[in-house]
Amino acid sequence: MLKTFSLGGIHPPENKFSAGKKIEALPVPSQVAIPVSQHIGAPAKPIVKKGDAVKVGTLIAESAGFVSANIHSPVSGTVFKVDDIVDASGYRKPAIIINVDGDEWEENIDRSTELKKDITATPEEIVKAVANAGIVGLGGATFPSHVKLSVPPGKTCEVLILNAVECEPYLTADHQLMMEKGEEIMVGTQIIMKALKVDKAVIGIENNKPDAIKHMESLASSYPEITIEPLKVQYPQGGEKQLIDACIKRQIPSGKLPIEVGAVVQNVGTTLAVYEAVQKNKPLFERVVTITGKSVSKPSNFLTRIGTPLNNLIDAAGGLPEDTGKVIGGGPMMGKALVSTDIPITKGSSGVLIMPNEEAKRKPMQNCIKCSKCITVCPMGLEPYLLMTVSDKQVWDRAEEENIMDCIECGSCSYTCPSSRPLLDYIRLGKGKVGQIMRSRTK
Amino acid sequence: MSTLTISPSPHVHSGDSVKKNMYGVILALIPALIISVYNFGLGAIVVTATAVVSCMLFEHLIQKFLLKQETTIWDGSAMITGLLLAFNIPSNLPIFIIIIGALISIGVGKMSFGGLGNNPFNPALVGRVFLLISYPVQMTSWPIAKALPFSYTDVTTGATPLSVMKEALANGELPTNVLHEIPSYRDLFLGLQGGSAGEMAGIAILLGLGFMLFRKIITWHIPTAVIGSVFIFTGLLHWINPLMYAPPMFHVLSGGLFLGAVFMATDYSSSPMSKKGGLIFGIGIGVLTVAIRVFGAYPEGISFAILIMNAFVPLIDKYIKPKRFGEKPAVAK
Ligand code: SF4
Ligand code: SF4
Repeated sequence: MLKTFSLGGIHPPENKFSAGKKIEALPVPSQVAIPVSQHIGAPAKPIVKKGDAVKVGTLIAESAGFVSANIHSPVSGTVFKVDDIVDASGYRKPAIIINVDGDEWEENIDRSTELKKDITATPEEIVKAVANAGIVGLGGATFPSHVKLSVPPGKTCEVLILNAVECEPYLTADHQLMMEKGEEIMVGTQIIMKALKVDKAVIGIENNKPDAIKHMESLASSYPEITIEPLKVQYPQGGEKQLIDACIKRQIPSGKLPIEVGAVVQNVGTTLAVYEAVQKNKPLFERVVTITGKSVSKPSNFLTRIGTPLNNLIDAAGGLPEDTGKVIGGGPMMGKALVSTDIPITKGSSGVLIMPNEEAKRKPMQNCIKCSKCITVCPMGLEPYLLMTVSDKQVWDRAEEENIMDCIECGSCSYTCPSSRPLLDYIRLGKGKVGQIMRSRTK
Repeated sequence: MSTLTISPSPHVHSGDSVKKNMYGVILALIPALIISVYNFGLGAIVVTATAVVSCMLFEHLIQKFLLKQETTIWDGSAMITGLLLAFNIPSNLPIFIIIIGALISIGVGKMSFGGLGNNPFNPALVGRVFLLISYPVQMTSWPIAKALPFSYTDVTTGATPLSVMKEALANGELPTNVLHEIPSYRDLFLGLQGGSAGEMAGIAILLGLGFMLFRKIITWHIPTAVIGSVFIFTGLLHWINPLMYAPPMFHVLSGGLFLGAVFMATDYSSSPMSKKGGLIFGIGIGVLTVAIRVFGAYPEGISFAILIMNAFVPLIDKYIKPKRFGEKPAVAK
């Protein structure tokens, strides 16, 4: 029996149209817009001004604290301006806009494709290189990676878990990365292991990617400390808590981090970025983005420079379909609906899903029939119907008692509810409020 | 391009709906309906049709004139109440009594609490128990099952195996002797016993259960807990004193236990939300059923047992929580 996490879970249609599509480098655009806040934590501070010349890999905005990340220019050219643009959420946020001229890279970046296996950097140097390269969690969480690589004092990491689950329907970037950059990911894994001082790593891959499992297993045969764990297909297996539970059968207690059970989780894409940063001195300024959808004529996996307009990707994938009703940044379960397609790709853009009109609208909600299916599917063992009721009635202490803060916002409850109740919408609202109350208490 | 829809995640839905679940239950009830028609012929048809139509009609009228709501009679839930009411009453019950039962089921049992999803008690059982109290004679004269009888009220009636057993035991007869006077276990399982219109055939109800489990309409917890606890409790009694108590298989196979455990106790809104809660609820029903059958005044106790446990559901839901993630302490190696 294949392993999976213990509680709940759903199996939405996978619709991986872009699976097996070779990663193609998207042409460098003529202008890029780089938001200074592409990660969780403090926005980076711009260190360039209008008229400055930059190369590919030049630092353009500096990390503004421990939980923050550097940002590098993905193109060569001239800074056009530092100004507010409308980002994916529809708000105006500061960004650095660069006019592209040629494609000249910083000299210290090793552009050869040759695999560099020997890891000479010390653990401290690794963490530093990762921080310098501005690497953040590429699975979509965008948490600065160097923070995760610094095990807090008093805790020990026993195992590194690599997230290669890609449990969101439609998305295929990580899958394709494993097929094309498996060796690099193996070395990247070893680098992270060295930084964390662990001697064991598990790569969790869902069973719907048999080719990736086979490929990675054959590569892992020469790395005895790395094991591949094929997992039963089950959403939300890519959630950190669920993945740890699935791979090593340990459950993180409520409100705690993975390190509590001796685990650190990194995404495969992030691992590749770590390899490139440490071995090739290459900062994070490009990533693989899946662009897909039922009506998209050429679903693809594009290697995309950060700051590239989303419209360029859409054009390269065959243009925006006639029947487009919704454009989603990320997957259909946890992605965000975009206000417009006139926004730049950022470090957290794992994919873009274009949804036809007839699927874009929700069905009207009906009475809760108390079928308890939302409870059955909740991977955190919560009672979504109840959390929605108490959030609606604003009984915040009860919401807290019922562990509303444990909700990982996976959306399995709303997905399942036969009455089409917007459970997660209300739970999010409740979480926001309860979080506020909890913070004011500790102050 | 038209304007883009903006809504929070998730952006996809399973396609499950209230209707799919309700019509699933109706499909699951069909085997029992077939057996009921086979055993009671015209009577079963008249009773079922009357109950279903009047349940739907009352729901419609109440929504239209009293509540001024959109009608929901096509969501399938009123049909289920009608079917279950019909399955819980004798197949020769006069039409006006059935209509009163439907009015109480829908009006009092369901709509007075706010309709689908809000009823604390199983509506069909509310109707049934009202009838049992108001029309005790008509409600306890059971037509004898025979192949496809073409008659409705003009039928021979007889006792149910449960009442035969109860009376005989009260007169000091040995359970083993009584077992010879009633249908064999096989016949009981196949539905060849006197009783309410749709409750008799264990096999038909188990078929329905299989279908509902397969379609994930319900989970196994409540039916298993009810039937299992009846088996264990009566088994225990029989083991302690076989001269006084009927064997467990008799209790499991006779009367409305299967129908109650599979279709009545699993009513969404009057049963607990968590699996653990469902097990407790089911065990409570099983134990109460046996207590009523063996020690109480009525030969059958499943309806009362379910109604009593329905009343405990809010309490169960308040204190019995699903297993939360991370509750299990992390195993340190
Ligand atoms: S969104 Fe929250 S409440 Fe809903 S299933 Fe996921 S974890 Fe449970
Ligand atoms: S899934 Fe929907 S209808 Fe069922 S209990 Fe949860 S909220 Fe109610």
